[in-house]
Amino acid sequence: MTRRVLTGVVMLIVMTGLTGIIYPLTITGLARVLFPYQANGSLIYRQGQTVGSALIGQRFTSPRYFHGRPSAAGKDGYDATSSGGSNLGPTNKELVATIAQRLARVQAENGLPDGTPVPADLVTTSASGLDPDISPAAAYLQVPRVARARNLPEETVRALVDRNIIGRQFGILGEPRVNVLKLDLELDQLSHSAR
Amino acid sequence: MISMDILQMAFYLLLLILLAIPLGFYMARVFNGESTFLDPIFRPLERLIYRLTGVDAGREMNWREYALMLVVFNILGMAAVYLIQRIQGILPFNPQHFGAVPPDLAFNTAASFMTNTNWQAYGGESTMSYFTQMTVLTVQNFLSAATGMTVAIALTRGLARRSARTIGNFWVDLTRSILWVLLPLSLVLALILVSQGAIQNLNPYLTITTLEGDRQTLAMGPVASQEAIKLLGTNGGGFFNANSSHPFENPTPLTNLLEMLTILIIPAGLTITFGQMVGNRRQGLVILAAMLLLFVFALGVVYASEHYGNPKLGALGMRGPTAMEGKEVRFGIVNSSLFATITTAASCGAVNTMHDSLTPLGGLIPMLQMMLGEVVFGGVGSGLYGMLVFVIITVFIIGLMVGRTPEYLGKKIEAWEVKMAILAVLIPAATILLGSALAAVTKTGTSSILNPGPHGLSEILYAFASGAGNNGSAFAGLNANTPFYNIALGLAMLIGRFGVILPVLSIAGSTAGKKVVPPGPGTFQTTSLLFTGLLAAVVLIVGALTFFPALALGPLVEQLLMLAGKTF
Repeated sequence: MTRRVLTGVVMLIVMTGLTGIIYPLTITGLARVLFPYQANGSLIYRQGQTVGSALIGQRFTSPRYFHGRPSAAGKDGYDATSSGGSNLGPTNKELVATIAQRLARVQAENGLPDGTPVPADLVTTSASGLDPDISPAAAYLQVPRVARARNLPEETVRALVDRNIIGRQFGILGEPRVNVLKLDLELDQLSHSAR
Repeated sequence: MISMDILQMAFYLLLLILLAIPLGFYMARVFNGESTFLDPIFRPLERLIYRLTGVDAGREMNWREYALMLVVFNILGMAAVYLIQRIQGILPFNPQHFGAVPPDLAFNTAASFMTNTNWQAYGGESTMSYFTQMTVLTVQNFLSAATGMTVAIALTRGLARRSARTIGNFWVDLTRSILWVLLPLSLVLALILVSQGAIQNLNPYLTITTLEGDRQTLAMGPVASQEAIKLLGTNGGGFFNANSSHPFENPTPLTNLLEMLTILIIPAGLTITFGQMVGNRRQGLVILAAMLLLFVFALGVVYASEHYGNPKLGALGMRGPTAMEGKEVRFGIVNSSLFATITTAASCGAVNTMHDSLTPLGGLIPMLQMMLGEVVFGGVGSGLYGMLVFVIITVFIIGLMVGRTPEYLGKKIEAWEVKMAILAVLIPAATILLGSALAAVTKTGTSSILNPGPHGLSEILYAFASGAGNNGSAFAGLNANTPFYNIALGLAMLIGRFGVILPVLSIAGSTAGKKVVPPGPGTFQTTSLLFTGLLAAVVLIVGALTFFPALALGPLVEQLLMLAGKTF
């Protein structure tokens, strides 16, 4: 029996070396050489400063920016060290009340009359709390507000959204969407050059 | 767009079958010890491993020794996971300086990763150091999957052999499943995931200033390498709390497709391996067909329910799909429904949508699939051996109906096999129901509930189904990081794992020793579509009889209440 346990111990050590050290470090090394941008988090720089990751959503509250989805990550949302969803169930009062509040806020922020339908993704939290995307409909809904806040013609802003729609991958996978951080960065650029 | 949704689901199933079949043939060669194209790389490494460990690769084991080695090896693995978590504070690769994990949580995590459950009562990015993630959690992702495969292969041999005393060598099966199957596939998948944006580094967390001037700290780590084996090994334990919904784990629709494919590719492929190893491919195909049948049914219900959504929310003035709470925009309704069905069909438990926020029927199906014993494809290895248990029960029931001694693959199925098969079905089922009952009637159990009303019962039921079924996904609103749930669910996972593996290995040992009787005119053919239908029906009926009352009080009544506009 002692010999068998010993075999097990050595096997565990060997397999730990192989799958727990050699394997992840090999991937780390290959990733660093082959895909350094992705491996390090798809970071976006502006004037030498990191302004975020293309894959991780940020909180936007100013009317000058397109807003992302509500987030349940961390206390104030978009906490990238505490990813997660609200986990509110479909018959939870709190879910219904929160969504009603968010609907009212989106309508107010965008100067829409009460009862204007709002795309679902703008009033629900995502699974990760870090969803970088919104639906094209959610982006178009915000165009008039952003254009007003930035003194830009609506058509210009709408064209920017058009350009930023990411279609289904290979034409069939996933859903069409807009990356909010990338859109807002281009928006800043646009305002900058318009000035 | 329903047409695009159906197209994506059909595309997935087509790709799955196209990939699983060649993999199944390949795995049969691997476990028969035949030559493969990877031999030049792995044969020398394999010999080195046997030399280091003192394994005599030529010596086969009877089922008792096989089971003993398996149990010993798994206990050692569990001890290592526990130990490393407790001392991670003084170990390297810990840039965030995480301290020791508390004992009850460390026990739960150790049981969870060793049993291929990967239930996580912790948030990865706020609890575990890179050292812990790599050297014990990633390692158990490999080893628990390999353990599942060894049991499936041992049972296959037990059914295939005639008058034999042995069912293979545990160490050889373990080593070969890692070297020839899990490791190469993980390497390829991990690199594709990185190319799409999954991260892979050992950097400390990065704090940045956002466009609006907020501070945001980005969690980093060796994610892709763990992500690949997490799915391939039907483990499901995410690097991050949000699991496969986290953009650093699952950045694009393509990675999502690949992740969904890799969850089911080995379980589906093993049915082909089975047919090949027992010398009759049709025997594998009927099992695959039964799994597909159940899967398509499950997927249909989840998709329809999520697509229909929550009328109460629609009435508030929402446009588009109403069930977007807990879902990511890039995945939408269809890829979230698909992932939820796949991850609970397999005993994977990775999630790209928050199951707690699914519509009641959309959450019922994942729960039911776990309660059925994770046999709709099921986990790596565990899906096949779980389904073979149901095959034995099916031929037994057929035998009762026609009044003959049941046979399978020419082997007489006698009292011992049937008793063991019943045990393998009853042990997890009893664990789920008794565990849930205990939690539902105690204050410690109910105080962890997030969502009131019938949904609260669903959260508890889901937790024990996930634990005993070794799935690992959760209705995550339930606060499971309490001593009560950590210990109760940890025990449920251990019982659910070994309460099936040990009876299965004993069936393997018993059938291996039997003679094969040539099929006569009264022999029931197990290669027909009729058998596929009967098998699927037996799985459903056994599950429904056992769990219908519990499900009626949880998700079923909640669906009706939701449609009536009631909230809690």
